[in-house]
Amino acid sequence: MSFLSNILTGVSLGSIYAIIALGYTMVYGIAKMLNFAHGDVIMVGAFMCFFATGRYGLPPLVSVLLAVVVCTALGILIEGLAYKPLREAPSLAVLITAIGVSYLLQNGAQLLWGADTKTFTPIVSGSLSLVEGRLNISYVSLLAMACCLVVMVCLTLFTSRTRMGKAMRACSEDKGAAQLMGINVNSTISMTFAIGSALAAVAGVLMCSAYPVLSPTTGSLPGIRAFTAAVFGGIGSIPGAFLGGILLGIIETFAKAYISTDLSDAVVFAVLIIVLLVKPAGLLGKYVPEKV
Amino acid sequence: MKRFAAVLLAALMVFAMAACGGNANQQSSTPGGDAGNSTPGGGNDTPAPAGTVTIKVGGIGPLTGDLAQYGTATEWGAQVAVDEINALNGPVRLEYDFQDDTGVAETGVAAYNTLKDWDVDVIYGTTTTAPCIAVASETFADRYFQLTPSASSPDVTANKDNAFQMCFTDPGQGIAAANYMKDNNLGTKIGVIYNNGDAYSTGIAQAFADKAKELGLDVVATQTFPADTTTDYTVQLSACKDAGADLVFLPIYYTPASLILAQAKQMSYAPVFFGADGMDGMLDMQGFDKSLAEGLMLMTPFNASATDSRTATFVESYKKLSGGVIPNQFAADGYDCMYAIYEACCQIEGVGEMDHSQLCDALIALFTGGTFKVDGLTGTGMTWLQSGEISKAPVVVKVENGAYVNA
Repeated sequence: MSFLSNILTGVSLGSIYAIIALGYTMVYGIAKMLNFAHGDVIMVGAFMCFFATGRYGLPPLVSVLLAVVVCTALGILIEGLAYKPLREAPSLAVLITAIGVSYLLQNGAQLLWGADTKTFTPIVSGSLSLVEGRLNISYVSLLAMACCLVVMVCLTLFTSRTRMGKAMRACSEDKGAAQLMGINVNSTISMTFAIGSALAAVAGVLMCSAYPVLSPTTGSLPGIRAFTAAVFGGIGSIPGAFLGGILLGIIETFAKAYISTDLSDAVVFAVLIIVLLVKPAGLLGKYVPEKV
Repeated sequence: MKRFAAVLLAALMVFAMAACGGNANQQSSTPGGDAGNSTPGGGNDTPAPAGTVTIKVGGIGPLTGDLAQYGTATEWGAQVAVDEINALNGPVRLEYDFQDDTGVAETGVAAYNTLKDWDVDVIYGTTTTAPCIAVASETFADRYFQLTPSASSPDVTANKDNAFQMCFTDPGQGIAAANYMKDNNLGTKIGVIYNNGDAYSTGIAQAFADKAKELGLDVVATQTFPADTTTDYTVQLSACKDAGADLVFLPIYYTPASLILAQAKQMSYAPVFFGADGMDGMLDMQGFDKSLAEGLMLMTPFNASATDSRTATFVESYKKLSGGVIPNQFAADGYDCMYAIYEACCQIEGVGEMDHSQLCDALIALFTGGTFKVDGLTGTGMTWLQSGEISKAPVVVKVENGAYVNA
């Protein structure tokens, strides 16, 4: 029974990683940049929800929507102010800017809301008891898994069926050619950031509902984990981020339960190294030879 | 557009810096924080009467970063004491400055150098252990007296005659916890969950394990986690539950502990939880469901809801300074540090003519002399051992109806 309960814990943790990783992977796929501020957008989303429910007593659904709207706007703002001016700059400059934005958000949050840890009120509480109470699944875990599936299906449909989605794929393959075909590359990238940040808000609320503590640095560690998940699954690939996230969650939980609570991170990253040695582009990533 | 964005960002940054600076001044009425800035400031300075000696006390602790809540608590707690002391118009006035070390050893040493440029007499700090060890080895070499409110590792004072602690040492707490459990028959089977990436937590847990063995307590599960950023404790809790532990000792800080309490409830696991002083502050977390902590026992030297007039006045002034935040034991330890320094300086003859190294030797002689006692918020008749460790009685409290009561 504990095996089954570990699987469930792993999948629900992995679902949250997967939602964050989807944001990373989409931005990387289209803008070819690692948005290290993504984890901090998660934190902002969680704080929005925290204040909306805790301070203003709004119903959970409204708070989540509010968090999504604020994060979407924040994502577009960050992209417009910090990344757009660097469109032609070397990728290293963009990377450093992203780290800078990450620090700006963290320290800004600390200035505004203080460094002390807050307790997040979960948007759903309670748990489902199965097999005569020997197996407990919290509703938050179920919600995280459901959200992850819905998000993943919607994104796949969006990128394969809609015009905007097709424009995104075109941009990710060749920005120059896409522009020649009449696709507005700038607005496509902004759109990608908007979607990624909206997902970050959802992930933030889910994460803080599952593990209810919140501080300005809440987002940084899950951000790094999710980045790992994205690389693990093949960065740039949407199903890859999903698979990577879920696997990472399961490996982490199993390593904790069966190997050692101290070494779980070491195990996770050792697996990552092995996968990258065998498949350098990640599990579902496409290997593109560099043209010289 | 590009230029506009750049200008806007630059403006934002300037604004952010200005905001930081403004904030710091409001909070503490200290002299400016920049390196080399040695002008004493402070709006509440009244001209000192003739014959008054001014002692410059320089504090160090994290005001930004992950540990900022502890640093600001020690900063404000000491500020309350300094304001009270200076209002006494006694023979000694304190001039107080507090520098940010972000909880990092290198920054701590840099902050210490800034204070030296300000001609500091006594070092107050640092708040956390790692920077404190680094700064204490510098102050030992330079001969400054150092009193830390909260850095609790024995390494802080080891082989340094000038470093003293206001808080309990980590091993001291572990031993006190084991004794208390034995004396009160708290549990038959004991589980321990601690953070083995943290000196504080490991220090208490190890001393506890040794003492428990000596006393014949039945420790059935010892579980660890690697960092306070860990969010999932179901594995550790399951291990304790499966081993049948009816008492779980948590020598950890309150943030991870709040998650452990929530997850134990989710698992319908309800042993008695017993914490160390790092647990203090949990009830004041914004949004924390106090019913989770019902029945929690912890060792803390300070209880903000105590009704004696000194505590009440302190809580009142602290809340005024911090904008409504309720002081925890870090703040109270900071307050006591300032009174210890003040009372010691009052007892030393010719304190006005001493330089920092003479003052250091005089203070060491007084603190270890055996007759010097301080009454404060965290204890009465507090004395210090040769090692720099404090000697005061631990108090165990229990949470009932969302407040501490003496257990």
